[in-house]
Amino acid sequence: MISRQEVEHVAHLARLHLSADELVRITEQLTTILAYADTLAAVDTDKVAPTTHAAASTTAFRDDIIRASLPLETALANAPARDEQNFIVPRVI
Amino acid sequence: MARGQLSAVELTRSCLDRIDTFDSRLHSFITVDEEGAMAAAAAADTKRDLGDEGKLLGIPLSIKDLICTEAMATTCGSKMLANFIAPYDAAVVENIRAAGGIMVGKTTMDEFAMGSSSETCCFGAPANPYNTDFVPGGSSGGSAVSVAAAEALGSLGSDTGGSIRQPAALCGVVGMKPTYGRVSRYGLVAFGSSLDQIGPITRDVTDCALMLAVVAGYDRRDSTSVNRPVEDYPAALRKGMDTLRIGVPREFFQEGIDLEVEGVVRGGIDMLSDAGATVVEVTLPHIKYGVAAYYLIASAEASSNLARYDGVAYGFRAPADELLAMYKDTRTQGFGEEVKRRILIGTYALSSGYYDAYYKKASQIRTLIIEDFKAAFCDCDVLVSPVSPTPAWRIGAKTDDPLAMYLSDIFTLSTNLAGLPGISVPGGFSGDGLPIGIQLQAPHFHESVLLRAAYNLELQTELANHLPSL
Repeated sequence: MISRQEVEHVAHLARLHLSADELVRITEQLTTILAYADTLAAVDTDKVAPTTHAAASTTAFRDDIIRASLPLETALANAPARDEQNFIVPRVI
Repeated sequence: MARGQLSAVELTRSCLDRIDTFDSRLHSFITVDEEGAMAAAAAADTKRDLGDEGKLLGIPLSIKDLICTEAMATTCGSKMLANFIAPYDAAVVENIRAAGGIMVGKTTMDEFAMGSSSETCCFGAPANPYNTDFVPGGSSGGSAVSVAAAEALGSLGSDTGGSIRQPAALCGVVGMKPTYGRVSRYGLVAFGSSLDQIGPITRDVTDCALMLAVVAGYDRRDSTSVNRPVEDYPAALRKGMDTLRIGVPREFFQEGIDLEVEGVVRGGIDMLSDAGATVVEVTLPHIKYGVAAYYLIASAEASSNLARYDGVAYGFRAPADELLAMYKDTRTQGFGEEVKRRILIGTYALSSGYYDAYYKKASQIRTLIIEDFKAAFCDCDVLVSPVSPTPAWRIGAKTDDPLAMYLSDIFTLSTNLAGLPGISVPGGFSGDGLPIGIQLQAPHFHESVLLRAAYNLELQTELANHLPSL
């Protein structure tokens, strides 16, 4: 069971607003979905290691070599707001 | 084309004409690049005249709109990326270009690949070419529709929980999810990073083998890419079935499966048996927990991956006076409801106090499911099952019930949890004339065996290159 307050808190963590209607509807839907997810509690997993990579067992390493990165103009091409070499964002503090 | 009877220009023109004729009803494309495609086709004809024999030389293809292309927008079916032009081509797009393939356009999809019907696309949903009142499946719905309707001869989709195989099944074409790590995901917009894989959607198994051979291989730019030799997939098809053991998972024929779907899948098992395969029953005892484990893991990974859409460097930005308000307004206005729902589920599953009960628990169940598959593959080479528990459903039938939509992935998502290769092959039709697919799965990196079984099944069903009447 997830409360509306918890959904509001999670929405804040995820940087989302929910309207009053959305909050009611999504709380109901998440309650149903999480009740279904709770069926996992029936399985004894005390001695089971969690999986992180399904097919490989080794971590990929590479040599620490400097390579060319995106040109400045390309990196800024999709910016919602920019000047010559920076992304512009609203006031932070 | 090799015999000089058809040019790439003629073939590409015919695909573009079919898009012109049918796509107002089917809506399989978000972007069509007529000019770029015709220029590439002319270049392909010139190359062929000069003796080039690229594996996909002059073949018109469509690309799911979450695979980055420099020449066309990459929207992910989302308002968030409506105007996004990627700064580089995805590795698979480089591969397609190098093999001479022609990209006619980018296909409709569920927003950020989150959905099983393509209805969450922000730019209008595609329709099933066998009956336009029905969904085409998803999330790679537009890709499957474009291939089924011969608007393109093949497509690249992505599969996180069935998003290639299920729309392929619902639209009567072949769709394959390769082993996790087999195809580079460099330039694939991330959804669930431990699950996502790019793969082909084609009109028959031979084309599927050909496209896989072009896009498979190691890429240092994708740290999950696995450095193993790529087999000669087209050559692997023509070996017979007589040495193969086909496993039938008992659990996949127990609950909630449509009788017509069961009939088609059992018919397929008989065909493989007639072709010489040995059929054995196997068991996957933890598979019933797959949907719950999957939606926790996929949503958790999505909530993390989609944190990058903050309105700063690219994509949509809502105007605001202050930074936190800009983040919230941008994400609230830029994402659709299903994407928000998954971000919320995922954020909750990863949040302090709930991590052990949800995300960690799901990752442990995942281990048990992987062990189930390993045990089953001791007794068989290929598993056979349904793809979707039902044929295509009416547009709108499941949009208000997220859990019902999630349960439609019950047979496909365990493949992704275990990182296995899987393929959907057309198996037959429902009484209403809607396609039904048969799913085959194989151990990690056994794509050759998987394709060989699929090819032998296709020889028996005689459904390769079936065309809907439009």
